[in-house]
Amino acid sequence: MPNKILEKEYLAENVVSMWIEARQIAKKRQPGQFLILRPGERSERIPLTIADVRAKEGAVRLIVQVVGKTTRDLAALEAGEYVRDVAGPLGHPTPIKHYGTVACVGGGIGVAPLLPIARAMKEAGNYVVSIIGARTKGLLILEEDMRAISDELLITTDDGSYVRHGLVTDVLRERLTGKPGIDFAVAIGPVPMMKAVANLTREAGIATIASLNTIMIDGTGMCGGCRVTVGGRVKYTCVDGPEFDAHEVDFDELQRRLNMYRDHELHQLEACKIGLAVR
Amino acid sequence: MAIPRQPMPEQPPEVRRHNFDEVPLGYTEELAIREAQRCLQCKKPACVDGCPVNVAIPQFIEKIVERDFEGALQIILGTNSLPAICGRVCPQETQCEKYCVLAKRGDPVAIGRLERFVADHVRIRLMRGEKAPLPPTAPPPGAPKVAIVGSGPAGLTCAADLLNAGYNVTLFEALHEPGGVLVYGIPEFRLPKAIVKAEIQALVRRGLQIVTNAVIGRLYTIDDLLNEEGYAAVFIGTGAGTPKFLKIPGENLNGVYSANEFLTRVNLMKAYLPDAETPIVRGKRVAVFGAGNTAMDAARTALRIGAEEVYIMYRRSRAEMPARAEEIHHAEEEGVKFEFLVNPVAFYGNERGWLQSVRCERMQLGEPDDSGRRRPVRIAGSEFDTPINVAIVAVGTESNPLIRQTTPDLQVNQWGYIVTDDMGRTSKPRVYAGGDIVTGAATVIEAMGAGKRAARAIISDLQGKG
Ligand SMILES: Cc1cc2nc3c(=O)[nH]c(=O)nc-3n(C[C@H](O)[C@H](O)[C@H](O)COP(=O)(O)OP(=O)(O)OC[C@H]3O[C@@H](n4cnc5c(N)ncnc54)[C@H](O)[C@@H]3O)c2cc1C
Ligand code: SF4
Ligand code: FES
Repeated sequence: MPNKILEKEYLAENVVSMWIEARQIAKKRQPGQFLILRPGERSERIPLTIADVRAKEGAVRLIVQVVGKTTRDLAALEAGEYVRDVAGPLGHPTPIKHYGTVACVGGGIGVAPLLPIARAMKEAGNYVVSIIGARTKGLLILEEDMRAISDELLITTDDGSYVRHGLVTDVLRERLTGKPGIDFAVAIGPVPMMKAVANLTREAGIATIASLNTIMIDGTGMCGGCRVTVGGRVKYTCVDGPEFDAHEVDFDELQRRLNMYRDHELHQLEACKIGLAVR
Repeated sequence: MAIPRQPMPEQPPEVRRHNFDEVPLGYTEELAIREAQRCLQCKKPACVDGCPVNVAIPQFIEKIVERDFEGALQIILGTNSLPAICGRVCPQETQCEKYCVLAKRGDPVAIGRLERFVADHVRIRLMRGEKAPLPPTAPPPGAPKVAIVGSGPAGLTCAADLLNAGYNVTLFEALHEPGGVLVYGIPEFRLPKAIVKAEIQALVRRGLQIVTNAVIGRLYTIDDLLNEEGYAAVFIGTGAGTPKFLKIPGENLNGVYSANEFLTRVNLMKAYLPDAETPIVRGKRVAVFGAGNTAMDAARTALRIGAEEVYIMYRRSRAEMPARAEEIHHAEEEGVKFEFLVNPVAFYGNERGWLQSVRCERMQLGEPDDSGRRRPVRIAGSEFDTPINVAIVAVGTESNPLIRQTTPDLQVNQWGYIVTDDMGRTSKPRVYAGGDIVTGAATVIEAMGAGKRAARAIISDLQGKG
């Protein structure tokens, strides 16, 4: 059953925000959950975090970075058009409670899934320190939304084009010694960023969760394609996650598996030599 | 002179290993009638007892002899609502055909092929417009609502029987396409998806409502369906969806797939078509671990998407292979190589995380285990390495956690499968279950039998109330 696109706007170059009609998902969804979507009849199934909901309207918000064919096809749809398939809400909700002071660290498009979690943390009475970053000023998204629900908002850009020059981990490292002291951290973003955040907070002894965006197909625990290693054990991101103890995740393996199809062109070149082909 | 068992025309192995068209081509009318004439029309037909849903076998075969193919189909449909599917995928050699009296002294009647012939004959006439379809029907107003969760053979059969009894039936399916294993697991060359579609479409014409993309346990819990959405009863037929892995080093390397993932990419997502958008790693040297139907399907699919060498690696020996005889035979004809009594111990990859080889050890058969099969024991120092670039793990499945986690009062056993009585009643009032989610991975026809029994229980329990 196709779902109607209600609103669409660009947040940055190649980053689009869409409100999609999905009444029952909007009613059931909790922060941290995602859905699986196919823009068209032939499309791949891709997982996307539910960035926000308007329960009364029965609408869910998705924030999508155009990275390949499927996201390009989705971004090409306009308000009034339909998304072919939407299934959700999937995954476990974030464990929202009163921790004290919570650091919410987001990089790039990771700020989109971070927003609903940060908001829920704030509503649960936490003091929220948000640290968001992007490669460059034009790619920084949701600054005002994050400011509205944060007690402190710290911003970095890799190239120094906006606020502070550096990585989110540079800011986090400094903030770890500040007041009020951080009790809990949430990290969402590119794998190297989440890994770096985990390394910092592990040393500092701060419990941290990371939300993993693995390759998925069904999202129901049926294929095992989304498997990751956490604390030496295999977990399925779609049904056991998407959030895991960041100190236990094997981020290097996660990165290699994410590259499985992404670098397949490069791989195909090599494949000719060793007799392997990837479509 | 007695008529010999009629062979089924097939695509030749050298041709079919490069395409996804169906392998057995089906009986012609003449072949079907000749085969049907072999049936002795036993007074006490043993074949019927061997069939999990007790199809009236001699009766439908007699109609074929009389050239009344429509009549034959009506008889089958009396107990089996998916005959074109069963005729293709049932393990007849361990069911009806095993008990056929002719099997004592020769070859049994080819009951499966006849069932397939009858279903196809009528479907093709409908398709060509030579026969008018039945007019669509709808449940009577005010009919009690029943929800079915999962659209595999268990769910579809339960739905069909409830529709027959005049219930208002809605089927919830997590994926974007209904059919369960029939669409995501079993490949096109063995069970064309158009056939599954046609059988499901026939149910829709009879009033079945299907809600796809509905992950029960998340979108609605079982309690939501019963209490908020107004369903008088719920049947759970969610299958044994979660793949098991080997739990050996290197299993998360790129190029190592579960059979479910490999087959889903190819079947449901159509990765075998040139313009498909879902990618798949096309290995030149592929090893499949396991020896059930799933393993045969994965091996034959790997060949068809371009593999040069495909190995089935199995811990036990040929005699213990659980796959249907016909699948093993077809796989061998197509050039799949079988390695018996080998057990994988580790996968090795390159620095970028891509699979390059598997290390196995050789086994020998020891004392019989609980299943009565001789237990494989390792031979020390027998390790050997095989270069491969795709591995497909087909060593079974376990129960999916979604419904169990969100329905705390539903009793499950130690493996997470739902506990029911003989008729599919669970520990939770108004909730029924059947198929692989109750038995663990089994067969299409057993799942159908469970769906039928549950439908009977639902009808009698709801009437008892009414
Ligand atoms: C590759 C392969 C080949 C096989 N070959 C044969 C064969 O030749 N002959 C044979 O007899 N048997 C075969 N089998 C076994 C047979 O397919 C199964 O025993 C049978 O399909 C089980 O039926 P089911 O209805 O219990 O579940 P399934 O067919 O598994 O269907 C369950 C459905 O429920 C859906 N679902 C799961 N969870 C939820 C949820 N929470 N909410 C909504 N929907 C949900 C799933 O998406 C799925 O569509 C094969 C199995 C496989 C995997
Ligand atoms: S047992 Fe064999 S011969 Fe007898 S009725 Fe059944 S199919 Fe015919
Ligand atoms: S996406 Fe298939 S098991 Fe998680």
